[in-house]
Amino acid sequence: MGNKRFSSKRIHSYSFTTLFSYTVLTIWAITTIYPFVWVLINSFRVKGQIRSDSFSIPWPWLDSFTLDNYSTAFERSNVFRAYGNSLIISIVVTLFVSLFAGFAAYGLVRYSFKGKEILHSFIIASMMFPVFSTIIPVYRMEVHWGIASTGKLPLSLLSTILPQIAGNLSFAIVVLMGFIQSIPIDLEESAFIDGCNVFQIYFRIILPVAKPSFATVAIFTFLWSYNDLFTQMFFLRRPKERTITLLLNEINSQAGVNYGLMAAAVVIVVVPVLIVYVLLQKNIIKGMVAGAIKG
Amino acid sequence: MSSTIYKNKLPLIIFLVPALILMTIFLYYPFIMNIFNSFSDISGLGTAAKGLNDPWFKNYIRLFQDPNMITAVKNTMILMLSTIIFQVGIALLLAIFVDSIKVGSQFFRTVYFFPLVISATALGLLFNLVFLYDGGMLNQILQKFFGFTQNIDWKDENHFMLTMLSPVMWQYVGFYFVIIVTGLSNIPQEIFEAASLDGAGFWKRTYYISLPMIRNVLITCLILAITGALKVFDLPWVMMGSGIPMDESWLTGTYMYNQTFLRSDVDYGSTIAVVIVILGVVISQIANKIFKEKEY
Repeated sequence: MGNKRFSSKRIHSYSFTTLFSYTVLTIWAITTIYPFVWVLINSFRVKGQIRSDSFSIPWPWLDSFTLDNYSTAFERSNVFRAYGNSLIISIVVTLFVSLFAGFAAYGLVRYSFKGKEILHSFIIASMMFPVFSTIIPVYRMEVHWGIASTGKLPLSLLSTILPQIAGNLSFAIVVLMGFIQSIPIDLEESAFIDGCNVFQIYFRIILPVAKPSFATVAIFTFLWSYNDLFTQMFFLRRPKERTITLLLNEINSQAGVNYGLMAAAVVIVVVPVLIVYVLLQKNIIKGMVAGAIKG
Repeated sequence: MSSTIYKNKLPLIIFLVPALILMTIFLYYPFIMNIFNSFSDISGLGTAAKGLNDPWFKNYIRLFQDPNMITAVKNTMILMLSTIIFQVGIALLLAIFVDSIKVGSQFFRTVYFFPLVISATALGLLFNLVFLYDGGMLNQILQKFFGFTQNIDWKDENHFMLTMLSPVMWQYVGFYFVIIVTGLSNIPQEIFEAASLDGAGFWKRTYYISLPMIRNVLITCLILAITGALKVFDLPWVMMGSGIPMDESWLTGTYMYNQTFLRSDVDYGSTIAVVIVILGVVISQIANKIFKEKEY
């Protein structure tokens, strides 16, 4: 975007304003990128040298280069188990949010029934509840049911998954409703004449057509769940239940002066997300904004 | 929808029920219970309430007498104000510049948005290293390039606010940036062309056309900034832990967690959560009243 917008731009393309724009934009880009680069290079630096000289690059052939920080990180804490826990939670949450939100959005868009408006505002209003205001009763309820704070890993994961699903549903329903509304009903009608029932229509027509917005919802839900600290701090309290964010929180309070370890931990968490982001960035940006504006 | 497919309402139950049950049990019921809890006497997360408080509004009186709560509300207000000024302000500036360039706008979008997909916990750790007293990135830069001779303690009483707020600002600029850029790209080009023909330069076009045209987008950002500021938790928690220095850096969210979990004062924690909701509703209503959305 932005190109060929108006002709005068072409004439003044090397003007002072353009130069100024690029300067400001570049400076902000550097403040965004540099801290990550700094952490990355220092995660490979020998202990102690971070404090004195953190700007040079510890090339693999120099004395300052080491992989110790990473081996310590993997030795001291069970990084793979934390990844495993995080992935289980985030994948299950994403699947159920996509399934239930898709159903609800389809039902709300295509059917007309009494109380539809009220139901719609019921969903919108719940987007305003901060997690702070629901977490304590949810925790107490789940303790009462015997799924929270039992010390059993699957139950603990479940106790985190349930409120996370509920917390993402309203956003997902709103985004998916917006898309399903724009699908012409003719497709569904011809499928109906061919003998499909509503569920076949949903899975064979709506789902494939609405794939991009499902992707947006799924990515957003996944990231939110993966990055969440607050809910997980409530429900996952034992070492074996730790997820990647909890592990980081732990390293943060225990690493003391082992800055190399802290740097390595940041890199371990950021790199997978960076890869996903670069691959899917268009959907991610769209989804974040759609979710926020409609909320 | 008049289609005959959707005359039979039976499948609707299957479509709506799972989502509605989950939302009722995990959002609406707890939301209402939380208000009840704030009037009850609960001394442990897993334990039953011992009945109502005496007097039942005890916690609400305590709010006003609790210096840490007053600090938390004050800090949250400062956070909210700086969110509006710096996050939305910087985002607006960057959006206007990106909208005016031809090459690389996609690159800048990708870069600016990146901090948002990283967990705030990881960013907290990262910024702990940046703001480290002995050998942190910032202190090293200041000493190497700006001739500072002493380390600055970024978490002491003079600097903690800057240290706590700047990472939050930094992370969310990209968010408002993308919203504003989308708003700018929706402005019809003809208006700009006409203005250019009349001799309006870049800054004039921005001031007289872009800004008024994205007024509603900016109001959306304002409301998002207000509600967003009340939700901030991870970054300050990882960086400031238990209100360092000396209980001065509490925010409503971190203080709520502290009271609920570390002090086991569950009913007071619930009360703080109620306050968070009230603040969000009241302030965004006021903002809505002041900056009424206009239809163009």
